[in-house]
Amino acid sequence: MSSIRATGPLREIRDRFGFLRRSYAMMAKEFIQLRRDRVSFAMIVAIPVMQLLLFGFAINTTPHHLPSAVLLQEDSDLARSVLKALENTAYFRFVYEVHDVEDFDNLLKSGKVLFGVEIPRGFERAVRRGDKPALLVAADATDPVAASSALGSLGMIVQTALKHDLYIGDPPALPFEIRAHARYNPAAESRLNIVPGLVGTILTMTMLIFTALSVTREIERGTMESLLSMPIKPVEVMIGKIVPYILVGFIQAFLIVNIGVFLFGVPVLGNLFLLAALSTLFIAANLAIGYTFSTIAQNQLQAIQMSFMFFLPSILLSGFMFPFAGMPAWAQYLGECLPLTHYIRIVRAIMLKGATMPNLRYDALALAVLMTVAMTIAVTRFRRTLD
Amino acid sequence: MNGDSDIAIDVKGLTKSFGGREVVHDLSMQVKRGSIYGFLGPNGSGKTTTIRILCGLLTPDSGEGTCLGYDILKDSEKIKRQVGYMTQRFSLYQDLSVRENLEFVARLYGLTDARGAARDMISRLGLSGREQQLAGELSGGWKQRLALGACTLPNPKLLLLDEPTAGVDPKARRDFWNEIHALAAEGLTVLVSTHYMDEAERCHEIAYIAYGHLLAHGTVEEVIAKSALTTYTVTGELSGLAAELTGKPGVDMVAPFGTSLHVSGRDVAALEASIAPWREKSGLHWQKSAPSLEDVFIELMGRSRDNFQ
Repeated sequence: MSSIRATGPLREIRDRFGFLRRSYAMMAKEFIQLRRDRVSFAMIVAIPVMQLLLFGFAINTTPHHLPSAVLLQEDSDLARSVLKALENTAYFRFVYEVHDVEDFDNLLKSGKVLFGVEIPRGFERAVRRGDKPALLVAADATDPVAASSALGSLGMIVQTALKHDLYIGDPPALPFEIRAHARYNPAAESRLNIVPGLVGTILTMTMLIFTALSVTREIERGTMESLLSMPIKPVEVMIGKIVPYILVGFIQAFLIVNIGVFLFGVPVLGNLFLLAALSTLFIAANLAIGYTFSTIAQNQLQAIQMSFMFFLPSILLSGFMFPFAGMPAWAQYLGECLPLTHYIRIVRAIMLKGATMPNLRYDALALAVLMTVAMTIAVTRFRRTLD
Repeated sequence: MNGDSDIAIDVKGLTKSFGGREVVHDLSMQVKRGSIYGFLGPNGSGKTTTIRILCGLLTPDSGEGTCLGYDILKDSEKIKRQVGYMTQRFSLYQDLSVRENLEFVARLYGLTDARGAARDMISRLGLSGREQQLAGELSGGWKQRLALGACTLPNPKLLLLDEPTAGVDPKARRDFWNEIHALAAEGLTVLVSTHYMDEAERCHEIAYIAYGHLLAHGTVEEVIAKSALTTYTVTGELSGLAAELTGKPGVDMVAPFGTSLHVSGRDVAALEASIAPWREKSGLHWQKSAPSLEDVFIELMGRSRDNFQ
């Protein structure tokens, strides 16, 4: 028979330095627990290093090579020179050439381009005659940061660039007038940019946390064991856990939009039903992602850590805080994988530009794809057994 | 599939390891329909793991068998519909009321009148008037009654109860066992794990499992008879006696029981030779007695520790 009685001499209980001794015991215990929790341990290194590298390289508040369209109503040498000069400023990158005003408007509305340059009919002749025709540069000012630096220095840069290739010689001033038009947000008010973005950011944060805890909570409270022993399928568990929060998210979205409209005076130019429908899709996508974390995390703390790892890039790489088009290509690809990126485009386009469904097809589809991918991972990750 | 056979659980060679440690080793057992089968063994012996394998919560590494005529490897969904599993830890929702918990279970099993089924169960459990109370606020005994109610709600054919009475007072335990016997009389098969010897004695059949090995099974009388254990009960001036006897040849176990001491061994001759000096001592009264189930189990536990650890 073994005995748990101490075999050695009784240890003397010393009360000197009791405070330090007990604090030390607590600290030692915390360190041991921290070391055992691999995910938390990884977070200590991963959060600062990864996020700093990620965002340090990705964020650029004076963006270059912004996607632009040209509405070419005249194909002349002068028109080509002007476009070339604009591209040489490194602010613009012409990705679309259209000949129709409606196509031009739709490109701006859907957010495919941030700038549009319109070269009017008879431009070259008017320049030769010295009529000083207008060259219209339309900017999507829903993101004033992206638009303003390009627009601000436009005149001077174009003039310098044109000096070299224009056959006009060395003109004292530009032979045409550059008329910049900050569309959708002419006063470049940042609240018009921030408030719609906040709708998406707030929803991301709240929705992720709701479902990220849902499965781990059942595991930690021990209810998962009896749930698994009952005849319910992983898909049914997921639907049951996501649907109630769609309603919660919808109420939140309703509140934020109303505050935005009535308190901050943000307009809703587009269709409210379209906004509601696409918001529901976005809410469901976030809930699905949170739920996926929940099926991967070992406990509630890990689930919250994962949510944060997802939330931070969502804020920084989605175009909410910094111009999306200004980020390097790899960061843009990363941004495309975040629901918030697409929702911010959608919500800005509907509220500020009055965009309609055809303008938003791509982003709506992207949201649906992201949601489906997350749900598929969640259902396959969901452990049917306790193995 | 022999759904009508009178064997409810029939498994062979079940083995399960976690992280390289074998928790269940080559376990085979048969449980008759309508019987109460007690599952005994020390903590960590593999009882919970075996029960989880039976209801499809764990996949065995090897082994095969049927539960209610369904293959435990392939038909776990069908098994789940007909098995009520009561977990060791209270696993109903603490933040749902009694009625909400029962309705939830009834709906998961697809009972047509979930509300009605829950209402009937509440009155059967004697919880009428407390149906709005949160499950987490119930006392230990009521929690356990509610959990039993929840797993019998969908009319299962087999109940798997994992230490259902741990931490419950004697009166509630007795009521609980009366309930289990009533259910078995209705034809339900019950597999129940326990640490309590008096509960083991209430089972039709018992099995003793330690370190993943099934060491003994049968009725209580059979298990005691098979142990071939000789036990002496000593009363009187016992101070120091236990320590002196422990480890002597033939003395397999020394266990204090209140004012008496049980001294047991499998080898009668060696045991009697070892205790001879003390039998003459004044102030000690020795009496040969039938080993209790607890003696048998503690002896089995000690032996299995030597063999498997």
